[in-house]
Amino acid sequence: MKQQNFEKLYRGQWQRLEHILIVLEGARMKVARSKKDVLFERSIPEFSKIYRQLCHCLSIAKQRQYSSYLIEFLNDLAIRGHQQLYKRKTNLLVTIIRFVVADFSKIIRQEWRYVFIAAVIFCMPALILGGYTYHYPELIYSVFSPEQAGMYESMYNPDVEHIGSERQSDDDIVMFGFYIRNNIGISFRTFASGVLVGIGSIFFLAYNGIIMGVVAGHLTDLGYSDTFYSFVIGHGAFELTAIVFSGAAGLKLGYSILAPGNMSRVHALRKAGIESMHIMYGVMLMLLIAAFIEAFWSSSQVISFAAKYGVGAGLWIFVCVYFIIGGRHRES
Amino acid sequence: MIDSSYSIETPEGIDLTMPIAGPVVRILAYSLDACVRICIYIILGIGFQFLGKVGIGFTLITFFLIEWFYPVFFEVLNNGMTPGKKKMGIKVIHDDSTPVGWSASIIRNLLRAVDFLPLAYMTGVLSMVLNRQFKRLGDLTAGTLVVYCRHPLETPNLPEIEAVQSPLPLTLSEQRAIVNFAERHKTLSSDRSEELANILNKIIGEKGPQAVKKLYQIANGLLGGYEAAKF
Repeated sequence: MKQQNFEKLYRGQWQRLEHILIVLEGARMKVARSKKDVLFERSIPEFSKIYRQLCHCLSIAKQRQYSSYLIEFLNDLAIRGHQQLYKRKTNLLVTIIRFVVADFSKIIRQEWRYVFIAAVIFCMPALILGGYTYHYPELIYSVFSPEQAGMYESMYNPDVEHIGSERQSDDDIVMFGFYIRNNIGISFRTFASGVLVGIGSIFFLAYNGIIMGVVAGHLTDLGYSDTFYSFVIGHGAFELTAIVFSGAAGLKLGYSILAPGNMSRVHALRKAGIESMHIMYGVMLMLLIAAFIEAFWSSSQVISFAAKYGVGAGLWIFVCVYFIIGGRHRES
Repeated sequence: MIDSSYSIETPEGIDLTMPIAGPVVRILAYSLDACVRICIYIILGIGFQFLGKVGIGFTLITFFLIEWFYPVFFEVLNNGMTPGKKKMGIKVIHDDSTPVGWSASIIRNLLRAVDFLPLAYMTGVLSMVLNRQFKRLGDLTAGTLVVYCRHPLETPNLPEIEAVQSPLPLTLSEQRAIVNFAERHKTLSSDRSEELANILNKIIGEKGPQAVKKLYQIANGLLGGYEAAKF
């Protein structure tokens, strides 16, 4: 068939498809809702049929080497049709609720190997250097400069009004912003740098572990333990676990490159990326909660140490219980 | 093809081809986005000044959001295009050519932290030039691709001229060359058209403007001899 006959024969159909595509693409951008619905109803049943016919036309046009403008025109229509037909649709609200109630704890249990390794990489340096600093207090000066050490000391000095930072009252919201930016930023970097075959995640986990351990050891040695631990225990339940989880997600990325199994490395990495992203959604949520607790509860000097310890212990139990039994009834 | 194009096979068994955006245009788009971001920082920074302490808190939170989620927000809600990408005419898609979604967009933008290392996106650029689809590490992990947005093509108008049958049987690629020649009649200068047509002097037996006219007639014949199609 000559090209112009071909065009004449199918032109109407292509125009029809173009029309449907405009409606569908408009629906994505939420234009003119009422008008959209009517057109939408009418055009959906024929969309997939016309689209398949267009695909057919495109392969014929290519096979017969019709002129390039026609092929490009059909190719563009086919891409737009493909995008509309295979668009991924999700019900965001249902997904979020299901994720918080069950899926997050399920995926953490499923990836327990990475979580365990990340926890070891984070806790070992913290415990070892914490113990050392407690017994040899001068060790802190090989990690921090004297000014930094002094800053930590004054932050947790029981004689100071406000605990946890050098600040006056009513800065809570400032600190909330600071914790969000700082802590979530750290966890994002811990995760992302895992793509360098896991080295980045290991580095950030160990680094944060060391800082934690040294500060804790030093402050315990100075006798500031009540101010320090009562401050850390509450939000720590969410923050420390979240840092470990983001390290675990990073390790998963890195491991997929090292040992891709029966997939190509790129495919293994992409699969690990999708799965570890689920961990990261949960991590963001946990750090948000942690920042909130840290800014408005942990640092309050009105609340007694006993109350802080009690609530802190409660939060730890809650977190543990959630990750041990959360969503189990759905698995069976 | 010399163009760096990417093609995927769809479930319908056809190949879709898309032109991939290279490092230079992407760096330019990134620079534009950086300018937009700085403007947002300045405007918000000044605006929140009036709210005192609460304002500082909000500033920190919004800075965090812009730092990490500015591209995500635009890529998902604006059809794969941040303002910079839109200006440069490129967009992000999944590598099966569907519009980019939340999950993929968040991964590719979180991994900027690694692509940036050690400074100025060196890892990202290195990764881009080392693979055929110009993917940085974030794109590899998220399964995304940056392509040029195509502008709607103009239907070429063939010269209005009576159709003539070709003096010889032509292969498909020869037919296509002649049709392309006729379709480009508006963009080729007349000297160049004649120069090209003179190559076929021995076959069509004409020279200069006559040869060009003859080729147009053959092209018209090949396409079916009707007036040019209008979409």
